Amino acid sequence: MPFELFVALRFLRESKVQTALILAAVSVGVAVVIFLSALIDGLQENLLATTLGSQAHITITRSTAQPVASKPAGAVAMNILEKVPQRERNIGDWTSLLRSIKGTSGVVAASPLAVGVALALRAGANRSVVLRGIDGETYERIVPIANRLAAGKVALGADQALIGTDLASDLGLTIGDKVSITTASGRGASFAITGIFDLRSKEINRRWFLTNLRAAQTLLDLQGGVTSIEIKVRDVFAAEAIALGIAQQTGLTADSWMQLNQQLMIGLSSQSRSRFVIEFFVIFAVALGIASVLSVSVLQKSREIGIMRAFGTPDGRVRRLFLIQGALLGAIGSVGGIGMGALLATVFARTAKNADGTPLFPIALTAQLALSAGVMALLVGVAAAAIPSWRATRLDPAEVIRYG
Amino acid sequence: MDEPAKKPALLELKDIVKDFDRGRVSRVLHGISMTLAAGSFTAIIGPSGSGKSTLLNIIGLLDRPTSGGLRFLGTDVLQLEPKEVTAFRGQKIGFVFQFHHLLSGFTASENVILPLMAHAGRSKPEMRPLALAVLERMGLAAKADAPVTQLSGGEQQRVAIARALVGNPPLLLADEPTGNLDSKNADEVFSLLRDLQRERGLAVLVVTHDRRLAERCDRIVEIVDGRVASDRSVDAKS
Repeated sequence: MPFELFVALRFLRESKVQTALILAAVSVGVAVVIFLSALIDGLQENLLATTLGSQAHITITRSTAQPVASKPAGAVAMNILEKVPQRERNIGDWTSLLRSIKGTSGVVAASPLAVGVALALRAGANRSVVLRGIDGETYERIVPIANRLAAGKVALGADQALIGTDLASDLGLTIGDKVSITTASGRGASFAITGIFDLRSKEINRRWFLTNLRAAQTLLDLQGGVTSIEIKVRDVFAAEAIALGIAQQTGLTADSWMQLNQQLMIGLSSQSRSRFVIEFFVIFAVALGIASVLSVSVLQKSREIGIMRAFGTPDGRVRRLFLIQGALLGAIGSVGGIGMGALLATVFARTAKNADGTPLFPIALTAQLALSAGVMALLVGVAAAAIPSWRATRLDPAEVIRYG
Repeated sequence: MDEPAKKPALLELKDIVKDFDRGRVSRVLHGISMTLAAGSFTAIIGPSGSGKSTLLNIIGLLDRPTSGGLRFLGTDVLQLEPKEVTAFRGQKIGFVFQFHHLLSGFTASENVILPLMAHAGRSKPEMRPLALAVLERMGLAAKADAPVTQLSGGEQQRVAIARALVGNPPLLLADEPTGNLDSKNADEVFSLLRDLQRERGLAVLVVTHDRRLAERCDRIVEIVDGRVASDRSVDAKS
């Protein structure tokens, strides 16, 4: 065993109470960091998943209208539709455009849509809806409807449609019922409801009327054109940059989810910032604790340090002997802290629940988080030991042996 | 072939001066010159405050003189880098102090092994037998694995001697080695030092204010007010 490790372990073992107290302090610090990280990562993942579950990462339109921030995609589409005449929004040459977008780096999937306002009628009741003609297969990769179905299945034949839970209850529709659609241009058609979805947004569940792309093109007078292309990207936070690139390349308008959800973005980033501030101070307090315990240890052991130097221990070894103590305190404390943090997270996940008993949100406790917290504690331990270890080598052996 | 006539003395001190600057400068050693032969047994005596411990620290390379020359086996040790001084001290000089200064969290044999580990950087299998042999010579074979805190004062001082000698240094420096022991234990420890000097050809330099013990050495150097007041051989008796 190396000399430094041998002596460091004994020194720590010898001052049991001090060692136990500082290990507890390091553990609590690491546990706070782990718990807070897991909590906020989980919360943010959940917020993102909810937001992006019913929204494309990037939406390409021909519109020149400014997008309205922080409203669900359906609402934005409606605002645009009200301002710009139908034919100006038509993207006629969309097949080559779709191909070039799919080839853009970072893009995972792209799907064409024909979107317009319409009126849904059934037995005297009517509701204004957003008619969205989709290509079922590719659209599933943008907004996965299949696993958000409350009833029925995803079937989009020429006269089939999917609606949200709220529209279904507003019009009293169930699977297999027929509903008539009339557009502004006066065209109309009848659709059978094959599925009812719940995309966890009241606006969407009340407004969206999903049909076959070709049927919507006809109803909206698009002559084979589409009104928008929706895109999914690999890294959701790269969406804005990719959108800018596509807009520049095509001359079309490309809105990223980040632009449409600026409030959410501000929320996420201020959450991350406050998390870093809290974690910084916790880590700082842990470092101060380790540093003060080791400083006391240098004083308590000054005679031993003096004698070790007298029998020929090089300064470097004396210094490392205290750095190793710092590293050990950090490492061992972080093992306890990871356990404690995991326990806290689990207890929190069990107790913080929705009214229906499902967890409020999942806690993102990953091996990577535990590992990085451990490495951080180790480095903090070594850094905190720097001053005490340096002071140990400044002790005058003659002096401490005599008077120590 | 060696030329015996030119073999350097173990230790040569020339005009060693030491000033301490604590607020104002005071001179503790006023030019001390002396030679120590290999295998000799010397006592340094003097009243407290005479500078004898300061002299011992300078000889032990724990402190530097303000001026003067210090040669150890022909090496001008004052010219060495701090790192070289540490290594030199570790190999050539063993220390025994008034208080044993053993490391309390370790066993007797671990305390003896530590200087070897400090020098080699790590523990090696051959170190323990070496330490056990030295402890056995000190009459402590049975206590090798006892925590040092459970040993008596005399035993602790003998562990300290074992620790000082495990690296086989040519010089042992002892600062009041029996100062903290009762007369029976003091006698035993002193006799042990005497025996070791004869067996190993070890040079021993003892600082003491106990004249009775000093008379059992081969040579007595008396320091008064930072100067050599007398330097005489003791008539062989024992």
